[in-house]
Amino acid sequence: MSRAATNYELAFEKPLAELDRSIRDLEAAVLPETDSDQAQELARLRAEREDRLREIYENLEPWETVRIARHPLRPQTRDYVRLMFKDFCELHGDRRFGDDPAIVTGFARVGSIKCLVVGHQKGKDTAEKVACHFGCAHPEGYRKALAKMKLAEKFGLPIVTLVDTPGAFPGIGAEQRGQAEAIAVCMKEMSRLQTPIVSVVIGEGGSGGALAIAVADRVGMLEHAWYSVISPEGCAAILWKEANEKTNREAARALKLTARDNLALGIVDDVVPEPVGGAHRDPESAAENLQHWLTERLRELKRFKPANLPARRRLRFRKLGVTDGGASLVSLEGDE
Amino acid sequence: MADSETNTASGDDAPKRPEPSGNVDPASMTQISAKETLDVRSAKKTSIPEGLWLRCPGCDKMLFRKAMEANLHVCPECGHHFRISATERIRQLCDVKSFEPRRWKLEGADPLNFIDLKPYPDRLAKEQEKTGQPEAIQAGRAFIKGRPVALCCLDLTFMMGSMGSVVGEAITRSIEFATDRELPLIIVSCSGGARMQEGALSLMQMAKTSAALARFDDAGGLFISLLTDPTTGGVTASFAMLGDVILAEPGALIGFAGPRVIKQTIRQDLPEGFQRAEQLLDVGMVDRVVPRSELRNEIARIIDYAGK
Repeated sequence: MSRAATNYELAFEKPLAELDRSIRDLEAAVLPETDSDQAQELARLRAEREDRLREIYENLEPWETVRIARHPLRPQTRDYVRLMFKDFCELHGDRRFGDDPAIVTGFARVGSIKCLVVGHQKGKDTAEKVACHFGCAHPEGYRKALAKMKLAEKFGLPIVTLVDTPGAFPGIGAEQRGQAEAIAVCMKEMSRLQTPIVSVVIGEGGSGGALAIAVADRVGMLEHAWYSVISPEGCAAILWKEANEKTNREAARALKLTARDNLALGIVDDVVPEPVGGAHRDPESAAENLQHWLTERLRELKRFKPANLPARRRLRFRKLGVTDGGASLVSLEGDE
Repeated sequence: MADSETNTASGDDAPKRPEPSGNVDPASMTQISAKETLDVRSAKKTSIPEGLWLRCPGCDKMLFRKAMEANLHVCPECGHHFRISATERIRQLCDVKSFEPRRWKLEGADPLNFIDLKPYPDRLAKEQEKTGQPEAIQAGRAFIKGRPVALCCLDLTFMMGSMGSVVGEAITRSIEFATDRELPLIIVSCSGGARMQEGALSLMQMAKTSAALARFDDAGGLFISLLTDPTTGGVTASFAMLGDVILAEPGALIGFAGPRVIKQTIRQDLPEGFQRAEQLLDVGMVDRVVPRSELRNEIARIIDYAGK
């Protein structure tokens, strides 16, 4: 099974490969509901595996978290759409230039709640990855996202965005069609949409390309996602003058890009737990956790008048970078 | 706009020439930091090589430094626009003595305890010593040809004009100030982008400034964004590209991703003039490319058309 093979491609997961092989061999040999020594051995191995997995995933370094966030088997927007939403009605195109597959938009239902889903799609197989530019959206992607979000506002639908991008695409066409403008306008307009917005970083939250669709009332992060101003490699290449395994590791640590760090900094409101061993080992459970969190947040936001949401949303971001009292980042004295 | 509103010699329509720093009227310095002279000197150090003469990167001719400086830091031969500090920008753009810096005590902090090859606080201290400025921005109220404005100038001489929490906060407060006072807002951008050393908090300044501009927009305010060499990354992808009117200085590099990153990604050579102001004009991304000598006139004209 290709799936089992790639579950061990990260160095820190390799120790599990042998355990899993023993478990599989025993599973093949032992009949269900027998109480042999073999069955007891199987139970012991399963428990050991669970412990090892938990231990590894509780002690991940930030750079390892980045590797998990990029795991080829990690569920992406289209997986979560399939697992969490019902009756997905995809909407295409920005009505200006084209349809960027790196951002997926459409109407959907989560539980009984009707909403608009917007998410980055990185692609699973080679063809899809190439079409999606590995999740790096072009200006038309952001313009499509904004156009559909305005539809949601018009028809009173809440918005759910799933963030998963290494960053906006750096290319000639992207620049000439106004990559910076597309991102800036998306953020500005999102900040004043009169409808609830819930965002969650499901994998990579790479810089402006991620934030462009995450100016939300509530922002969550999956446990093993990362979110920062730049990728560890980009940061290492500039500040350490060279990106290699060692400097990437240091940059990942310095950037404080994990879900826990972002929670402490107030960048995200919640960390959504993943199943032990990461979302790629059990996408169904990951989707279940996420759906639970999304539903709760959407219900909570329903209490507010849509017209009052923009001011609250603006204040949410207004406070970041400045706090009052003790551990202030900047002091506020002397304002006239 | 009544000219009587000005407290300066705004009858002079020609852009004010920068005076040699030794001859500046001390009274005109009172509103600006006493360390201004230091700032100007260090600005020269970073953007222009020292010496009586210098070679113009535009036309390769040897220029007499004083002549270039007296020409608004523009090459008299080919019109190449040299990079200038925020202090010099304010001196060029505003009516004499009219710039009143906003007195916020925004001090940089190190929320991430960031250490690369050296700790972030050490970098900040070194930049402060070098420039005589607390951060990569100067903001305040000023008059341009008699028109009152809220003005922000990013400062390239301070950590490449990068945007961390303090810069984002100063921009946001300036937008709010312009909203409350119903003033036209002018932001002069020159920046390498969001500041890495403050991680996601720098990133959030993009959303913060953009949201503040949405409110300013709702209130009917006029925002003129001036893009100068270079304007890239998270600064371009937030307030800089959100101007009601976007002006750019000739030859300015303006983009989201830097040319090096793009080259590495697509593995092909970039076209001639790519990401330069003139090309952005061609593809419809800026309203006007305006030489430095015309900026005061152009800004005043736009305020007269669109300002309150």
